This record gives sequence, C-alpha cells and structure tokens, in this order.
Amino acid sequence: MNAPVVALASASAAAVAHSRPFVQLNSVSLSFGGPNGLLALDRVSIEVSDGEFAAVVGPSGCGKSTLMKLVTGLLRPSSGTVSVGGNIVTQPIKCVGMAFQNSTLMPWRNTLHNVMLPLEIVQPFKRERRQRYDEHKARAERLLQAVGLGDFGSQYPWQLSGGMQQRANLCRALVHEPKLLMLDEPFASLDAFTREELWTIMQDLWLRQKFSAILVSHDLREAVFLADTVYVLSKRPGTVICRKRVDVPRPRTIANSFEPHFVDIVHELRDKIMQARA
Amino acid sequence: MTSVRWAKVRLLAMPYVVVVLLLVLWEVLNRLTNISSVILPAPSTIFSALIRYHEVIAENAVHTFVTAMIGFGLGVVTGVVIGFATGISPAIYSSVYPLLVAFNAIPKVALLPLFVLWAGIGMVPAVLTALTLAFFPIAVNVATGLATIDPEMNDLMRSLGARQDEILLKVGIPRAMPFLFASLKIAISLAFVGTVISETVASNDGIGFLMMSASSSFNVPLVFAGVFVIAVMAVAAYGVCSLVEQRMIHWAFRTHQ
Repeated sequence: MNAPVVALASASAAAVAHSRPFVQLNSVSLSFGGPNGLLALDRVSIEVSDGEFAAVVGPSGCGKSTLMKLVTGLLRPSSGTVSVGGNIVTQPIKCVGMAFQNSTLMPWRNTLHNVMLPLEIVQPFKRERRQRYDEHKARAERLLQAVGLGDFGSQYPWQLSGGMQQRANLCRALVHEPKLLMLDEPFASLDAFTREELWTIMQDLWLRQKFSAILVSHDLREAVFLADTVYVLSKRPGTVICRKRVDVPRPRTIANSFEPHFVDIVHELRDKIMQARA
Repeated sequence: MTSVRWAKVRLLAMPYVVVVLLLVLWEVLNRLTNISSVILPAPSTIFSALIRYHEVIAENAVHTFVTAMIGFGLGVVTGVVIGFATGISPAIYSSVYPLLVAFNAIPKVALLPLFVLWAGIGMVPAVLTALTLAFFPIAVNVATGLATIDPEMNDLMRSLGARQDEILLKVGIPRAMPFLFASLKIAISLAFVGTVISETVASNDGIGFLMMSASSSFNVPLVFAGVFVIAVMAVAAYGVCSLVEQRMIHWAFRTHQ
C-alpha cells in the first residue's frame, strides 16, 4: 500500500487519492470557556489522506494552532469529531511527531540525545531502548546526516544556529517514524534563505518516509511549496473558506516557486485571505 | 592571544588583589590613627592571634563546620522533599506555600529559645537553626524549577504519549537542577549563619561560642580571628558547591562558543 504512494507522489502531485482519510475533522467547533465562550473554530472539516501533506493557512488568530491541538488530542472539540487512523480522538494520540516554532530542544541533552528522545518514550522503541541502543543511535545519526547535521550530534542545542536547531527539531519529530507529522510554523523564526533550505529538507524527508503531515503556517509560499492541499481559514471564529489542491509536480524546487503557475496559486490563496481579513 | 590570556589571569587574580589591598589599607589606617586593638585590631594583630590560638580555633572550627554541614545536609533533604512535593502538585503548592513563606518570615533567633528548651544547649539547637535557615531557598527553587515547565515542551511530551512521571523525569527534574544548585550555594552560607548564631547563644563549643567568650574578656583580636575563620570556611563550602554545580550541570553555563 505504501510503495505506490511513494511512486505516485514523486511522479505527480495528484498522487493522493484514497478512499479513507487518515485524519478527519468532521464539523469541528471549539469554544473556550463553555458554550457561550469565545468561539475559536466554527464547523471545520478537513480530511488528510494517508501520506498526504496538508497545510492550513489563515490570518493570525484564526485558530490554526488550536487546530493542531485538536488533531493531536491535546484539546477536545466542543462539537464535531476528530479521528486519526479511523479512531475518534479522545485523549492525546501517540505516534505523532510534532515541531513548533520554538525548537523546544532540551538544553541538557546534546543534539543526538535530543533526537533520540521519542525513542525513549514511544513503544515499541521504549521497550527495546537498552538492547537496541546502538540501532536507535544509528537511526538518529542517519536522520541528522540526512539534514546535514551529521557532525553536530555531540553539540548542545544552544551551540547550534537557529536553522540547525530546527533541523534537529525535525529529526526529533520524525525519528520514531510517526504516521502523522504536525508542524506548527516551524520555520517562522528563521531567515528567508534558511527557511527555503528547510522547505527542501522537509520535502526530502517526506518523500522518503511518506507520513501524513499537517502544516500550520502564515507563509503562503511555504504552504504551497510543501503541501498537496492547502486549506484557508477565515479570521476568528476560524472556518474553512477555501480548499486548494496544489498540482505542482514533486520534487519541487525553490526555482519552481517562482514559476507562473506556482505564483498564481499563491496569489489566489492570498486573495482569499485578504477577503477573510476584511 | 597572549593579551587574551593576560586578561584572563587579571580577572582571576582580581578578588585576591582586592582583599590584599583592603588588608593593607586597614593596616595602614590602623597604624596612622593609632586606634586601640580593643576597638579595631590591625590585620597583623588578628593574624598573630590566629597563630597564637590556632589549636583552640581549629578545634572549635571543626565543631562549627561539622554542625553546619549536618544542618545543611538535613536542610537539603527537607528542602528537596518539600520543593518536590510543592513543585509537582498544585494542590500541595497552594496549601503549603503560604505556610512556608510565613515560617521563613520568622527570625530564626526567635526560635532558638524553643530549640534550647526542647534539646538543651549544644549541637542540636545549632543544627536545627542551620536547618531552618537552609531549607527554604532550596524548597522554593526546586518547586519553581519543577512548576515552570515550558508548555510547548509539555505538549511535545504528551503528544509522544509520555506519562506524567516520564515528563517529570525527562523534563522536570533536569530543568530543576540549575535552580537546585543555585539554591545550594545560598543555603550553605545560611547554614553557617544559623550555626554561629546558635553557638553564640546556646553552646559551649564552636567558633560562635569562642567569639562570645573572647569578646567578654575583651580579646578582640581573637573575635576577629573567629570572623576570619568562619568567612574562610563559608567561602570554601560555597566554592565546593560551585564546583559540583559546574560538573553536574555544565549545560547551564553556556560560556564556551
């Protein structure tokens, strides 16, 4: 089931055509502080197939980060249902990788041990963490190698630059091979060149591991570059006002992002957001 | 390169230079003003007292040191236990914290008569005074370190399926370490303060007692010698704490690079 997905995805962006969505938000609303409280999300429906890369964009304060917490079960919806892998989410789900804007690496662990953290918590790795320590270490080192941090495993996070910290952060989010990766503006605090470099790295990792991913971002080029499908949320209370398929072939390059078709998609999304802000 | 090294040496030597300069200044002023050694003895007089009474000073210094260390050790245990409990449980925090603050506001000298009443004079009230002074900063710091976990770190751990005790073990405790060691340095000084206060009032041993009896016989150079010995012991104990701190939590000192 996985192999054709990889082949299709690398061949064409119209890759994702599955009957059963992996992540499904079904008319999800959330209000903080009871039924008469502040409505953050209003009947949001989103579907992410197995191996699909989705992005959610919208004006600031539209509840994008809230959406992330709903999908991972850190928050419960006020109404509607969230399901992941066919199961309704009622508590924090396991086997999900997360990366935030702050890299949240632990300063008391070196980079390698930061990346290995999920292997100490998530099963079955946790059970085998003593017998298979070398194997786990090699796995983390391979990932660091893949993002160009092969020589930095023994460095502490605070000895790395912001971009390097975020690369390590991505490695940590992926080391336990989660079926779902949640990205909450992970590149927002980086400079433009580093950001673009990390988009490419992110895409490479995704093409290799083929997990489902949901990216929350306010950067439209970023969303279009990485995602198969982009959802536009309105301002608060957030609701989906547009769902856009990105049919740019993979692997995409930074040069692609300046081509007319790509730029058209970005402009189209931008118009929607401007309307949403009005 | 050499100028950098020279700057480093200068920085390290600075405190010693300052101490020597102050002593010289003190000595000179003392000789110029011809002030009586019953009021303020010159450093040279204090030094000769230190040599002349070295046996009795050493004996009492050991006593004070042992007492302070026992008080400090018990203070660490008490402080860590209370800090841990208040740090991990908001319920315990809200119920115990006001009590802690109230207890800390009590001047410990005011408790000394009670300690003496309960335990007689000697080492026990000194240990208790040191303990009651030392535990508070430790408890507060450990509680703060544990209670202020970054919410994103917490989300990350929960999304990996970490249990509460795993979050505590992998995030809370390592995070609380710098707080703990910072408080140990304060607590160890306070342990000496508590010990000496108690010894001056309710003991027949220790530097505090020695200073008290020296001052009642107007042997002021010996009083100052006692002050000097306490200061040296407290600085040395502080230094040991600092060294242990740097070994244990080198990651919190982000100086290199």
